[in-house]
Amino acid sequence: MSTSLQAVSDDVEESDNIHQNQYLTFLLGDEEYGVDILRVQEIRGWDSVTTIPNAPAFIKGVINLRGTIVSILDLRERFGIESVEYNELTVVVVLRVKGEGKDRIMGVVVDAVSEVYHIAENDLKDPPDLGYAINMDYMRGMATVDDKMVIILDIDQLMSLKEIDDATESGEKAVED
Amino acid sequence: MSIDMSQFHEAFFEESFEGLEIMESELLTLDVGEGDVEIINTIFRAAHSIKGGAGTFGFMNVSEFTHVMETLLDEMRDGSREVTQFAVDSLLESVDVLRSMLEAARDKTEVDEDMVAARYAVLNNILKENGGASSATDDAPAEATPAPLANEQTAEALWTVDFIPHADLLMAGNDPVRMFRALSELGELQVNVDLEKLPPFDELAPEDLCLSWQLTLSGDVARSAIEEVFEWVEDDCDLIITSTGGNALADSPPIVEPAAHVEAVPEAAPAPATAAPSVNTAASDSPAAKKSAAKPKKATESASIRVGIDKIDEIINLVGELVITQSMLDQAGDDLEANADTVGNDSESQKTNADILLRLSKGLAQLERNTRELQDGVMRIRMLPISFVFSRMPRLVHDLTGKLNKKVELVLSGEETELDKTVMENIGDPLVHLVRNALDHGVETPDIRRAAGKDETGVLSLNAYHQGGNIIIEIKDDGAGINKKKVRDKAIEKGIISATDNLSDEEVNNLIFAPGFSTAEVVSDVSGRGVGMDVVKTSINKLGGRVVVQSEEGKGSVFTIRLPLTLAILDGQLVTVGGESYVIPLIAIIESLQVDRAQINAVAGKAEVYKLRDQYIPIMRARAVFGLDDSTDDLHDSLMVVVEVDGSPIGIIVDELQGQQQVVIKSLETNYRKVETMSGATILGDGTVALIWDVNGMVRVHNKKLNKGLIKA
Repeated sequence: MSTSLQAVSDDVEESDNIHQNQYLTFLLGDEEYGVDILRVQEIRGWDSVTTIPNAPAFIKGVINLRGTIVSILDLRERFGIESVEYNELTVVVVLRVKGEGKDRIMGVVVDAVSEVYHIAENDLKDPPDLGYAINMDYMRGMATVDDKMVIILDIDQLMSLKEIDDATESGEKAVED
Repeated sequence: MSIDMSQFHEAFFEESFEGLEIMESELLTLDVGEGDVEIINTIFRAAHSIKGGAGTFGFMNVSEFTHVMETLLDEMRDGSREVTQFAVDSLLESVDVLRSMLEAARDKTEVDEDMVAARYAVLNNILKENGGASSATDDAPAEATPAPLANEQTAEALWTVDFIPHADLLMAGNDPVRMFRALSELGELQVNVDLEKLPPFDELAPEDLCLSWQLTLSGDVARSAIEEVFEWVEDDCDLIITSTGGNALADSPPIVEPAAHVEAVPEAAPAPATAAPSVNTAASDSPAAKKSAAKPKKATESASIRVGIDKIDEIINLVGELVITQSMLDQAGDDLEANADTVGNDSESQKTNADILLRLSKGLAQLERNTRELQDGVMRIRMLPISFVFSRMPRLVHDLTGKLNKKVELVLSGEETELDKTVMENIGDPLVHLVRNALDHGVETPDIRRAAGKDETGVLSLNAYHQGGNIIIEIKDDGAGINKKKVRDKAIEKGIISATDNLSDEEVNNLIFAPGFSTAEVVSDVSGRGVGMDVVKTSINKLGGRVVVQSEEGKGSVFTIRLPLTLAILDGQLVTVGGESYVIPLIAIIESLQVDRAQINAVAGKAEVYKLRDQYIPIMRARAVFGLDDSTDDLHDSLMVVVEVDGSPIGIIVDELQGQQQVVIKSLETNYRKVETMSGATILGDGTVALIWDVNGMVRVHNKKLNKGLIKA
């Protein structure tokens, strides 16, 4: 299964002539998710946030990131996975999200950061539609590394303003019902 | 050595626009009959520097046009021409034309040639009637047309440059490629290289230059500009610069086939230094002209700001002080550290410690003062006198009164009052609208004024002054005032209020700011489309300001605009709701008080009102707006902040009141989205984020929730 894949944690080599990308993976429960490492701006520990009134539940609030106001999104809540208490391992991955003509900086709360993998573009397989907790649109593909399944996320889709707006509206509706 | 002139363009445009403003304002003060020589001189000087600059930077059309204006001004100056109203008006209109020419040059768009040509015609006609009386002569535009065409020709000249460098050109450190690049910035450049002299490979000396070039350059280029590019290689090459005139251009397919030009070169006689005007409109229709016109319109928004040297000096002084404070703190810190190492419990070392701590706290106090002063100083860089906006008004009033057949005297005061550049840029249009409105609807025509026993000439005054942390701008007219009955009827008709509503005079007056409201019986092109006033109000609100109107029928109206001095910093009141700190802009707050339960009344079992002195004001609970559970049903001893929303007070219940402080406004939208209840965010002293309330948005959300039944009182 994992024949043409190699897991590289730190040394970056220009091996293989296959085009490879690096992905940072993190954990949500037992599942491992990856994002394009070039989109990762920094990783920081969880710190308290300022909540935004009437925001969807998965928007935890905003933080002061060296003078810039950055919003923080809880990925468990975003995916509808049961949430856990934040502990000392809980980290915020700060990502650069592209969309609607400008880049935005957003942070996602995840259980823990896992690894950095090299994954070749053609080893990314379309995920089978098996009713995952998360919407298929947010997945760029799946890959298998060391017999583990990694879901590569499309963060631009996942964190687009439209998604937030939709959630805000449905949240409002839910309150209504 | 060629200098990239385009880097100075911005400064040239800026100065030219300033020059235009001077010309405009001076023209308006110029008395018809015998012109004040000093004023004419000022106008002349402004025109002259625009002409000079335009020539230097190769904007030939601008410089030629200005030259015609200058000739007229010159004749006025030496007294050989009478200053007539017609001449002044045409000069004013010429200023407008010149402005649009400069704007076109700046944005690299095409000038409206018809407009320019028409203006040339008028100016030339005036010049022809030597010292003549004023009479509008529209009958001879044909005679005057050659001038603008000549101008077009220059603007789209076609140059051919034979550049045959000597073999040792490269030895002097010259790089032909760089020169070509400089040329290509002047206009459309075609480069043809001649390889004839290139020796066989084994004879090739890498340091010798064996190439020569034929360059074709089209566009708005002066000969001197080309010469300048080659200035440093003149002695190391053979250089032939020829102007392939309009005819050559028309005959041969332009640009597309470079060979055609190369052939055309010997036929074209070398042009004189100032491109000979030949009447051929084809030049302006050439693909090159089209191409340059089609260039993407780039909004040159990288605006600069002119700052007085005194302001800069002040900041430098403050930075100096800051450095001193820093070293003082540094020293105290070191001493404290050193003392900690050799700490003993004896009274001696404790005394030293206390001493150092005293120095430390003194230093910190100084740091606080330095920071505040530095902040003020930096903010002041962005401050410009409001005369930048006010200076547009005399022209506006001059034009409008002519159009409306009214007599109005404009009085400006407080022009030196400073406010933030961004605020200034955004207040211009609302102010213009208010002035238009005052002239159109406020001030009456002379006969009506006479009938009302007033002076025929109305007075419109604009005044600006500082009050607290705000700037106040008043627009006051002595016209008819607001007809309250008419406004009321109209508002009922438009469904803005209901017939049974009991409104105070003030509330009626402010109805004119309601969306879709216009009482003008005749919709004129001056104002009265019914969109104006609410747009004025919205744009002022967007700046964090407020506008109110006071009016007395028959006496006139006063519009008062209250604006924050800057958009970057806000005076805020810190409050706590549900464990989070929020900032309420101080400008919105009327007062804060402790709720007296006895004064609360429920209306229709839904909304609550509070009796504040002799007035009932609605109450809204911040917790409910934010969707937090509210256990304090009984509002006894709760804290209420009374804010002004759309001119009327409303009480907002908060958990706690904290201090007041200045906060730096940060955008929430940069990395998130717009939050309806918030206008932005800020960072507090402890590094945490606090959101800044948008009280209007709070009311909107509150009403929405109230209507959906999400909030019960």
